[in-house]
Amino acid sequence: MSEHTEHGTQQGAGHGEHEHHVTPPIVYMIIFGCLLVLTGVTVGASFIEMGVFNPIIALAIGVVKATLVVLFFMGVKYSTKLTKLTVFAGLFTFLVLIGMTLSDYISRAWGRW
Amino acid sequence: MSDSTAITHGAPEAQGITHGHGEHPSYQRHHFESVEQQADATNFAMWLFLLTEIMFFGGLFTAYLIYRNWYYPAFVAASHQLNVWWGTANTGVLISSSFTMAMGVWCAETRRRSGLVLCLVLTFILGLVFLGIKSIEYSEKIEKHHVPGFHYSLNSFLHPETDKEATAAGDKALPLDMARHTELYFFLYFAMTGMHALHMIIGIAILGYMIFRARAGAYTAGHVTFVENFGLYWHFVDIVWIFLFPLLYLISRHAN
Repeated sequence: MSEHTEHGTQQGAGHGEHEHHVTPPIVYMIIFGCLLVLTGVTVGASFIEMGVFNPIIALAIGVVKATLVVLFFMGVKYSTKLTKLTVFAGLFTFLVLIGMTLSDYISRAWGRW
Repeated sequence: MSDSTAITHGAPEAQGITHGHGEHPSYQRHHFESVEQQADATNFAMWLFLLTEIMFFGGLFTAYLIYRNWYYPAFVAASHQLNVWWGTANTGVLISSSFTMAMGVWCAETRRRSGLVLCLVLTFILGLVFLGIKSIEYSEKIEKHHVPGFHYSLNSFLHPETDKEATAAGDKALPLDMARHTELYFFLYFAMTGMHALHMIIGIAILGYMIFRARAGAYTAGHVTFVENFGLYWHFVDIVWIFLFPLLYLISRHAN
């Protein structure tokens, strides 16, 4: 307990001194470049016949791009724990929405609906 | 005016650092202990709003996922009607606008007024370019009667040999009951891209207001919360498109 309190005070004290994080432009430029390259990759991949892997790769690249935007453009990497938790909660709830819906459909008799 | 001690909550943020009572900046609301606390609380609130947006678009994405599995051949054939290059161009435009917006936040944080105005104007223009390209795509759908409703035409799917896009994709004619479900694809297409475009229009309107305010130096005097939170909104809209683009344009290109 005492450890926890101490930690809390330290954080509290440090918070006042801690200046608002400013992401330097070079980071934005690198991320911008990555996003453009990944867009090119995902369009290129769509021209290659890969069967079931076409949607998987397209969505995987989409997830990577979205992660880059959230972490750097939206600054979640440098944000408070509260913000990180909030973003995670949003992602989790979205996955519940998709996951629970799909679990209903895949556990029904296929072709009967 | 702003020296009144009773009601200063609405004091414009651009006014000086202090307003005559206490030692906090004029933009710090009285119910917050510090500027940091205010910034954290506002950031948290913005994210809570974005969570409701995730669930809103999440419902549309889920519907798309389910119906694409149900009426797979119809969704594949209908998806071939979209032009990948317009979609790619729009992805590039939107990512660029996210970049200029991020640079705008940096300009506000480092108090560069003209830089901020430039970034906001570029974001504004790129937003309009996106909507312009979208309107070209929409007009193609209108011309081919691919807008769901009374005038919806199944011709491209019942007689693919008469349709330029369907021929290019090598589509075979769908049976009538399956072809009818292409209307569902276009319903979801217009619902998803339309809601996305509505978010863009709202964003562009707010950008116009921000350009006006930024020119007056409103966001380059230390109070950057509004620019930052608008940035979050704009990037969120970008993320929605990052998923709409592969789902609507790309993943069905080879599935016949």
